Amino acid sequence: MLNGETVRAEVEARTLLVEMLRVALGKTGTHVGCDTSQCGACVVHVDGRSIKSCTMLAVQIEGREVTTIEGVAKGDELHPMQAAFREHHGLQCGFCTPGMIMSALDLVRVDPDPDDKAIRRWLDGNLCRCTGYQNIVRAIRAGAAAMRDRQG
Amino acid sequence: MYEFEYHRPQTVNEAAALLADREEARALAGGMTLIPTMKLRLAQPTDLVDLGAIDGLDRVERHDDVVEVGALARHADVAANTAMTGSIPALARLAGAIGDPQVRNCGSLGGSIANADPAADYPAALLALDATIVTDRREIRADEFFTGLFETSLERGELIVAVRFRTPDTAHYVKFRNPASGYAIAGVFVAKFPGQVRVAVTGAGPCAFRVPDMESALQARFSPAALNGISVDAGNFANDLHADAAYRAHLVGVLARRAVEKAGG
Repeated sequence: MLNGETVRAEVEARTLLVEMLRVALGKTGTHVGCDTSQCGACVVHVDGRSIKSCTMLAVQIEGREVTTIEGVAKGDELHPMQAAFREHHGLQCGFCTPGMIMSALDLVRVDPDPDDKAIRRWLDGNLCRCTGYQNIVRAIRAGAAAMRDRQG
Repeated sequence: MYEFEYHRPQTVNEAAALLADREEARALAGGMTLIPTMKLRLAQPTDLVDLGAIDGLDRVERHDDVVEVGALARHADVAANTAMTGSIPALARLAGAIGDPQVRNCGSLGGSIANADPAADYPAALLALDATIVTDRREIRADEFFTGLFETSLERGELIVAVRFRTPDTAHYVKFRNPASGYAIAGVFVAKFPGQVRVAVTGAGPCAFRVPDMESALQARFSPAALNGISVDAGNFANDLHADAAYRAHLVGVLARRAVEKAGG
């Protein structure tokens, strides 16, 4: 399952998940930054948890559920976390943003009301080469608050 | 990455048979070391035996004074498991400080100890908590498990199924964390049991090891001051761009005192 739809792709065993997503399935919202499991530009969710798709084989996710940045918005309506990144200028060049948002959503799963320290600690595996962390942290705090409000 | 044949067995026995049959087969657990190593073409397995489809290997359960952790329990699961946080909080905290959140969502206990990275955190915990490694064919004491740099007493094709940790009276782990990788430049795990204290070091030598001089001093008096004047031999310690051997030896003393203090000594 990819973003709620059953998809099929035939790939070599050595194909990385991120390669399958981008090349075989055309979902290019997930980026390849460092390709060494450090930068977090390739973060997606597998069975609801954030992972680095440059460090997982495509064959490993057979029968599992994958969510990429393309699966986060509802049609034209941005997810509250995406809207918060726009509102708080949580991106400069935007390259790290999909990974940042997917990581942030996983943080909110384990900690619905994270403080700045928890957010910064969680972003250990996401690098922003524009060094725009201040606004990323602000955006995640606001996004988490909006998600709590939406939950009621 | 070089080509390989991929297998997805459903049982431990099937996996062990595949690993025994194929000359250069490797088991794939969380993949947090193996996949990067293969991407760099530093490893070239002919066959990859993915353990991810085997049921029941990721449990964390308490039985009396023992906490048993399945080989495929993810670091994030060990960190958050209530049986673990309630029994051995030091070990839960250790698991919660490995790598980054995405590594903790994939990396497993069994994978980490089978790899036996000299700077990994778990090996120190296994030694200090007098753990038993349960494989598909036998039980191995932690004291006999780590034998050298990336070396263990596992036989070819032998699979770790679970690790049993003894619940201590009190314990604490302190590491001097490499800010880029999260690995320990040095780390010390101190555990106090009735009548016994165990001190284990990772990150410094070729593999994790215990420090008998510190253990006997702490058995006599469980206090940071009991460690004053005790030094460790830096002879086989790592010398690299992160720290030289003498600095690591110094860190071991400092971290051991801090661990004892945090453990209530």
